[in-house]
Amino acid sequence: MTATAELRRSRAVTARARPRRAGGYLVGALCLAICTVMLLPLVVSVLASLKPTAEAAASPPTFLPHALSLDSYERLWTYQQGLPTYLFNSLGTALLTIAFTLMLTVPAAYGLARFPIPGKEVVFVFLLLSLIVPYQALLTPMFLMFARIGLTNTLVGLAILHTAIQLPLSLYVLRNSFSAVPRELEEAAITDGASSWKVLLRICVPSAKPAIVTVALFAFIMSWNEFLGALVLMSRGSSFTLPLILAASRTETSLGGTDWGMLQAGITISIIPCVLVYLLLQRYYVSGLMSGAVK
Amino acid sequence: MYWTRRSRLTGIAYLTPALLFVLAFTAYPLARMVWMSFHKWSLITPPSWVGLDNYRRAFADDQFWVSFGFTLKYTAIITPILIVGGYLLALLVSRGSPLRRLTRTTVFIPVVIGLGVSSLLWYWLFSTDFGLINRALMDLGVISKPVLWLGVDADVSMLAIIASVTWKVIGFGMILFLGAIQAIPTEIHEASLVDGASWWQRVTRVVLPLTLRTVLVVTLVSVIGSLLAFDQFYIMTAGQPQNETATSVFYVYLNSFPYLRLGYGAALSMILALTILAFTVVQLLLTRRSHA
Repeated sequence: MTATAELRRSRAVTARARPRRAGGYLVGALCLAICTVMLLPLVVSVLASLKPTAEAAASPPTFLPHALSLDSYERLWTYQQGLPTYLFNSLGTALLTIAFTLMLTVPAAYGLARFPIPGKEVVFVFLLLSLIVPYQALLTPMFLMFARIGLTNTLVGLAILHTAIQLPLSLYVLRNSFSAVPRELEEAAITDGASSWKVLLRICVPSAKPAIVTVALFAFIMSWNEFLGALVLMSRGSSFTLPLILAASRTETSLGGTDWGMLQAGITISIIPCVLVYLLLQRYYVSGLMSGAVK
Repeated sequence: MYWTRRSRLTGIAYLTPALLFVLAFTAYPLARMVWMSFHKWSLITPPSWVGLDNYRRAFADDQFWVSFGFTLKYTAIITPILIVGGYLLALLVSRGSPLRRLTRTTVFIPVVIGLGVSSLLWYWLFSTDFGLINRALMDLGVISKPVLWLGVDADVSMLAIIASVTWKVIGFGMILFLGAIQAIPTEIHEASLVDGASWWQRVTRVVLPLTLRTVLVVTLVSVIGSLLAFDQFYIMTAGQPQNETATSVFYVYLNSFPYLRLGYGAALSMILALTILAFTVVQLLLTRRSHA
C-alpha cells in the first residue's frame, strides 16, 4: 500500500518534470493533428488562389495547383470597381473606426477613472448600452437615421456604426488601465501646475500604451471583418467593403459560374492583415480578450 | 481629492463626447426601434399606430417560429461542442512546450479572421462540384457521389455550418479557459500531484471547479453569439431551403430590408433584443462577482 503510494508519488513527480515517453508522443501527435486541421483550410485557399484560370474553375477540383499563376489576383484587381476601391473602403473604415474609438473613449475613460462624477455608475452603464442591446437589432433605425443625414454609403457612416459596436470594450479596457496608473506621477505634475489635459497626454496615455494598442487592434479587426452592418448601410457598389464584394461576386459571376479562383484571391487578401496583426501583437490581443470577456 | 477646483465639471467635460455619441447612435436608435415596433410602416406609406399588432403577428407567424426554433437548435448543438472542445484544447496546451505553444497560436488564428470571410472559404470547401471536401470524401471512398451540403437540406446545412463555425471560433473559448487554468496557483497543482491524483482526477476535482466561473461566462458569451448568428447562414445557405435555415437575425433582416416591413421588423428586433437581454443580465451578474 505504502509502496504503491510511494511509487505513484515519484512517478507523478517525474511526470511533471518530464512527460512519460508514450504519453508525450501521443500529445505531440495530437498537437500536430490539430495544427494540421486548423491550418489546412487556409493553406488550400491560398493555394487555390494561385491556380491558373482554367484549373481554378475545374470540377472536380485539384488539391494542389499544377502550375502557379497570379491570374486570379489580376481578375480581382479589375473586378467591378476594382480591388483598390474595396481595399480603400475597408481600410478607410477601419482606420476611421480606430480614430473615432480612441477620440471618444480615451477622454471618457480618463474622466471615469480620475474625476468625481455625480452618478458615475449610472453614466458607466449608459455608456455600455450597446453591450446590452445587440447592434444587430438596431440596424433598421440606424439605417433610417443615416439615410436622412446622408451617411449611408459613406465610410464615415459605417465607421460610426463600428465605433458604436466597439465603444464598450474600449471604454472598459482603458478605464481599468488608467485606474492602474500610479497617482503619485500625476500629483507631481499637478503640483508643477500641469492642466488635466496635459496630465492625460503626458502621463496617462504613455503609461496606458498597451491598453491603447489593444483597443486599436480590436477596433481594426472588428471593422475590417464586420459584415451585416456594412451589408445594410452600403448599398452602392462603389462603397462596398472587401467582404461585401466577395459575397456579391458569387452571384454576380454566376452566369458563367462562380469565379472560384478570384474568390480565393479575395479571401487570401482579407485574411492576411488580420493574421499578420495577430501574430505581431498576439500579447495585446489575448490580454484584451481576457479583460473584455471575462472580467 | 485629486483636482481641487472645478473637478466635477472637468470630469463631465471629458465624458461629454462619448455620452453624446451613445445618445445619438445607440440610445436614440433604441428608442426609435421601440416606437417603430408599435407602428405599421413600409417606407412608402406613412407610419400608423397599431399598438401591439406587430407583436401579435409575430407570435402567429410560422416563419418567426421556424427561425427562432432553428436558431435555438443551432445554439443548443454548437455550444457544447465549442465549450467542451475549447476546454479540452486548453488543457492540452496549458503547459509550455514549444509544440503546445504552436498549437495554441494555430488554433487561435481563425478567431481573428472575419466570420464573413471564413464562411466564404467554407462555402467553397463545401461546394458540391468545386469543393475539396466532396473531392476528398470521394477519393477516400466515404461517399460515391458528391453531397449537396448547403441549402438543400436544413440539417445537412446546419452540420456543415457547425463544422465551419467550430473551426472559426473554438480558439476563443480555448484562450479564455487557458487564462483561467493558468491562473490556478502552482501550489494547488503541486499539492494534488503529491497526493497522487491521476490526471483525470486533477481535472475534474481541482481544475474544473476552480475555473467554473470562466466556463459559465464563456458559455453565455458563446450562447449570445450563436443566438445572433447571421453571416454564416446568409453566406453559406442564404436561408435555403425555403427559409428553413434563416436565423432570427436573418428574419429581422429580411423583413426590414428586402420586404420593407419596418414596423414588423422592429417588433422582431425587440423580441430578439429581449431574449438576448435575459442572457446578458446573467452574464453581467456573474462577471460583477469577480470584482467583489
